[in-house]
Amino acid sequence: MVLDNIEELLEKYDNGETSLIEEQQLKNYFKQETVAPHLEMYKPMFAYFSVSQEEQFTKDVPLKTNKNNLYKWISVAAVAVLMLGFYFKSPLTSAEDLGTYDDPEMAYLEVKKSLEMISTQFNKGASSINYLAEVDNTTSLIFKK
Amino acid sequence: MTQTEFLHIVMPFKDKVFRLAKRLLVSREEAEDATQEVLLKLWKNKTKMQEYKNVEAFSMTMTKNFCLDKLKSKQAQNLKLVHSNYQDNNTSLQKQLEFSDSVDWVAKIMEDLPEQQKLVVQLRDIEQYDFDEIGKMLDMNNTAVRVALSRARKTIREKLTKTHNYGVR
Repeated sequence: MVLDNIEELLEKYDNGETSLIEEQQLKNYFKQETVAPHLEMYKPMFAYFSVSQEEQFTKDVPLKTNKNNLYKWISVAAVAVLMLGFYFKSPLTSAEDLGTYDDPEMAYLEVKKSLEMISTQFNKGASSINYLAEVDNTTSLIFKK
Repeated sequence: MTQTEFLHIVMPFKDKVFRLAKRLLVSREEAEDATQEVLLKLWKNKTKMQEYKNVEAFSMTMTKNFCLDKLKSKQAQNLKLVHSNYQDNNTSLQKQLEFSDSVDWVAKIMEDLPEQQKLVVQLRDIEQYDFDEIGKMLDMNNTAVRVALSRARKTIREKLTKTHNYGVR
């Protein structure tokens, strides 16, 4: 390539007026082993540009899919619902209201009342089997002592 | 959008995002983190991705903003300076040493440039975008991009000339 041409291009290059193709020409020129001595200082510049063009990003990018996340949260929600279910259910069955009385007088009266009820009901039941005494009467007629 | 579709869109320019981040943040680790962050953000907003006209330009703008924010934040105080090993295929050892040294110099010179110019040089000379695209990414007009580029190139050239001639003239 003609040196004049390169110098002209460099002039344009320094003014930021070169096209990409012209810049490529310059790069190719400065890739050579020998360049014109007075242009030597451009060499590392273009070499550096070519070298740094090849640097690559090697690290992995952890891309997470949102789908998995959704399932995870659904399972968390399910566990939470179960736990809440257990928590709210247990006190209802073991009913806290046992019908206790704070006042001993009242408690005594209540107990008396219920025991009375039991005894009247019991007597009522017992009276219905009074006729069984008849069996005793007849047997005593037969088996005289 | 599935993961493979997403990767299909993102793969072609993830290295560019990384290099841009590295240009601004200097340290490799920081740049890796930034790239990861940018890609994750894209992934999170993947439903909106079809609406963007140019995903690549959008991501570059995002990277730029993210890195500038990072630099402004206090975290940036702990920036590490890490230099990669530059490779070349020169023959003689003497020349090779000299060469890699001067390539290192370019990296150092570029570190000293203002952020705007760093961005423009990175996008133009390394990633080879055209001026319209750069303008869109950086939210600048064409002339401003050209001016910044020209200034950056001249600074690099002058400093290189100085180091090149050091001890010779």
